[in-house]
Formats: sequence, structure tokens, C-alpha cells
Amino acid sequence: MITCPRLLVLALTGCSLTVGIGMSVYATSVFAQEERADAALNQLVHEPPTMEDLESADIHPELKKVIRYGHDLFTNTQQLRGENVFNDMNCSSCHLGEGRVPFSAPVWTAAITLPDFRGKNQHVNNLEERIAGCFAYSMNGVPPEYGSDEMLALSAYHQWLATGAPMYPDKPIYGRGFPAPEEPAEGPSYARGETAYQENCSICHQENGAGHYENDEYVFPAPWGDGSNNWGAGIARLETMAGFIYQNMPLGQPRSLSDQQAWDIAYYITSQERPQDPRYTGDVAETAERFHGRSLYGQTREHDGHVLGDHDNFGEKGDIKPWNVGMPRFENLSEE
Amino acid sequence: MNNKYVSRVGLCVGLTLIAAGAVAQEGDAERGQAAAASCSACHQADGSGMNLPDGESWPRLAGLDADYIAKQLHDFKAGRRENATMATFANMLNDQQIADVAAYYSQLPATQGQGGDEADETLLARGQQLAERGDWNAYIVSCQSCHGPGGKGVGDTFPGIAGQHAGYIRTQLSAWKSETRSNDPQNLMGAIAKRMSDDDIQAVSAWYAKQPASADQESTQ
Repeated sequence: MITCPRLLVLALTGCSLTVGIGMSVYATSVFAQEERADAALNQLVHEPPTMEDLESADIHPELKKVIRYGHDLFTNTQQLRGENVFNDMNCSSCHLGEGRVPFSAPVWTAAITLPDFRGKNQHVNNLEERIAGCFAYSMNGVPPEYGSDEMLALSAYHQWLATGAPMYPDKPIYGRGFPAPEEPAEGPSYARGETAYQENCSICHQENGAGHYENDEYVFPAPWGDGSNNWGAGIARLETMAGFIYQNMPLGQPRSLSDQQAWDIAYYITSQERPQDPRYTGDVAETAERFHGRSLYGQTREHDGHVLGDHDNFGEKGDIKPWNVGMPRFENLSEE
Repeated sequence: MNNKYVSRVGLCVGLTLIAAGAVAQEGDAERGQAAAASCSACHQADGSGMNLPDGESWPRLAGLDADYIAKQLHDFKAGRRENATMATFANMLNDQQIADVAAYYSQLPATQGQGGDEADETLLARGQQLAERGDWNAYIVSCQSCHGPGGKGVGDTFPGIAGQHAGYIRTQLSAWKSETRSNDPQNLMGAIAKRMSDDDIQAVSAWYAKQPASADQESTQ
């Protein structure tokens, strides 16, 4: 590892494969030491505080309570099931390690980069609106109201994780998002993806992608189907899913799958059905055209001719519409 | 899901099971009780096992998942899990008897784990942290993310660890850490155990030993 000259994930991966470093050792050392030190030269490396740090933090006890509630909502979002959440996910299903872990879309990054313009809804979003987006798509639900206890607690947790990080940083953020490995020479394959999924993922996420509940309690999230995020979620995109898998799966063994496996499995998973996008216009082709440049939504599955997203199944939430989707902002500001 | 898919996956699973020598067999708890006579010297008549602080603790089997127990016995027989004592006893059982013994122990009421009482508050707090939240700075995933809420086990792959003896949990985690045990699927446990310090292992072992193994036990405490 030490001989790796540069900070970039791809470069590191190349090095590690060349020298054949054992994956278990690799994962810990990369995330904890060499890579971060290297990255700190020209990226923003921030280690968010832990819940243990919160106890000893010099902040108002009432604020601690609210942050604890935010953490609790983040890691057990199922407590809002039927009210704000209509699938089998928690925030921490995708944002592993309580939203703190690099390359697992650490959530404190939102607290220091927003408000900012967001392409997805074509206006400037703040932290609450960004969280609301997760509820509408990733949780297939309806967000808590802006300013509500839940929304305030969640945003307080996000912001507290960013403690000490500069607002609007002038450097790229280390470990932001789910960076995908370079797309392999061989394009992703459904058949290979299916085999790799059944070999590497199904023991937890089940052969049918339903995830796993034990005694009605959440254990492993559903990668597709009604229990999963809907078609509008970021992770429904092929590249985002490939990045999530490569950087995080199997649990506890990041970057242990090959680039090819990560893309193949992502292709297989994102070629399965999930609840309809709340932005659905009633026409799959039109919805695909307007909103789905980077997912397989609206495309025809080769092996069975199924058109992905061509249905009106919105999952458990049925006819309920998330109030934030399509809500215009700043219409009174003049055009420059 | 089309039929081709079902049969392909079915075939795959079938082959895997045959390869693992663990073809699912219906166990009979009553027959299992008779066959378990030779097990009770260590695992006790009530399946409670025994915590031996200075030696090799005998795990509680009562209330564990039947298929999990059966897999372990097959693994002992085949040498995929190494333990001289257990290899001897497992070799005395045929496939049917393994299924029967597993069924017998799985339906016994879980007993309380031992060996956590001497742990101090700091150690237990660390144990609870690792169990429920993990320590992601060291990339240690929480125990409950696979062993389920409360560590009560998930399906036939992830055994219940709540209410297991501290001595047993400790020796097993150490075995994974040193690669003397590696019969977990996809190295899921091994990868994490290797990142745990000896103190971490002590901490989770003590904490889980003190936790209720089942909902029944919880309500009577």
C-alpha cells in the first residue's frame, strides 16, 4: 500500500491488485490510514464525530437530545413506517456506519455543500429539502414537514456530523458519494450479474431480492421490489449502484469484488422492478425521457422483453403523493 | 420470475447443499433426544452447555436454529470446522441423527449465558457499542447487522449469540481472527473478527452473555 503514489481510489485499486494485498487487511488500512493521509494533501478529509463524542461534547443538553433523536431516526427510520416511510429501508441501509463512512455517501457532506443548485429538481435546495428528497424516493415515502421535530432532528444530526468541516469547501471531499469503479471493458451483463448476485449477495438479500426481516424486524434491506427504494432514487441508477456495491459490499468487505462483478451485479439489480417513480407522468417513455438519463427505467429487458417501470405500482404507499415532488421554488426571482 | 430462473437457482442451491454435505433432512426431536445422550456430558441435558473461563467453553445449544446446528455438525465431520472433541462426537452421528439432534436442541428453551458478570461497566459499554452500532472507524460492522436485532439470530446462517456463554463467543471470535475457524459463508465473520482487538472480543462476549437469548427469556427477566 505504501508504495501507492497517489490518492485516487482507482489508482489505489490498481496498486492493490498488482501487489495482491489481502482484502481484509486492505479494507481497514485503506480507509483508516494510508489513503486518507494521502488524500488530505488536496482533498477535504473530515472524520465526523461519533455518538460517544456527542456525550462529551460541549453543547447544550437539549441539543444533544435532538441529535440523539436524529441519529435514532437515521438508523431506525422504520419507526416512521406508514407515516413517512413506505418500504423496508432505513437511512443507514445505504449510508452505512450511521452516515459517517467514506465511500458510503457520508451525509455530513450535504451539511457543508448546501444550499446549492440541484439538477434533479432544478432549483436551489437546502439540507431539509435534500433530506425530503430521500424520503420521497429512497424511502418510497412522504417527508416529514419542513421544520417538524423529525426534520429538525435529522438535519441537526447531519450538521453535527460536519462539526469542524469548512462550509462550502474549496477542495473535493474525500469519500463523497458512492464512486463507481471504471466501467470494465466488457459491458455489464445481466446473466453474469445474476450469477454473481446469487453467489455473493443472496445469502443476506435473498434470491428474490426481498431482503430479510426476522420476527418482523429489519435486518437486511431489499435491493429491489416493493420493499426497496422507488425508481426515482439515486441508487436506482446503474453507476450509483455499482459504486455502492464496489465500495461497501459484501458487508465488512469493501472493494473485495472486482470492477466487473460490481457492474454486473449492479446491472442485474437495477434491471429489476421497484415502486414507480413519484414523478411518473402516466407514460413510461415520457417519464424516462424527462427524468431517467442514467437508470435503466423505460428500457426493455433483453431476456424477457419487460419494459422497466411500465406499471402503476407505487408500492405500499399506494395513491399517496409526496408533497415535495415537483414543488416549485424561487419563481418570483427575476431571470438574469 | 420465470421457471427457467427458478430451476437454475434451485439447481444452484441444490448443488451447493450437496457439496456442503448438508442436504436438508427432516429432524425428529424425539429421536434426537435419544441420539443426544452422548452430547449431554458437555452440552448438558437441558442444552445449556457450560462456561469455562479458563478452558474451552461448551456452547449452549438450547434454542439455536436447527439448520445452523446441523451445518456445524456436518462441518465438524468433514473437517471444515476443526475441533478434536467435536470431530469425534460428530462422527458418531449419521445424517439422520444430525438432523434429529439439531431438531431436539433447537426446540429446548434457551438458557441464560454465563461469564459476563465479572465485566466492568466500561467493558460492557464497549460491548454494547460493538453489538448495536459497531465501530466504523475500525470498519467493525455491528454484530446485529447480521445476527439480527438483539443478536437473536437470523435464519439458519447467522446464529443467535445473545445469551451464549462469554467463554464460547470469545474463543470463536479469536478462532476467526487467527483463521483457525473459517466455516462462515463468504468470510463474513472472519473479515470482521480480524479487525477486533482482544479487548473488543472480551467486550462483546461479556455483553452478549448477559443478554436474553429469546423473547420468552426477556419477559421472565
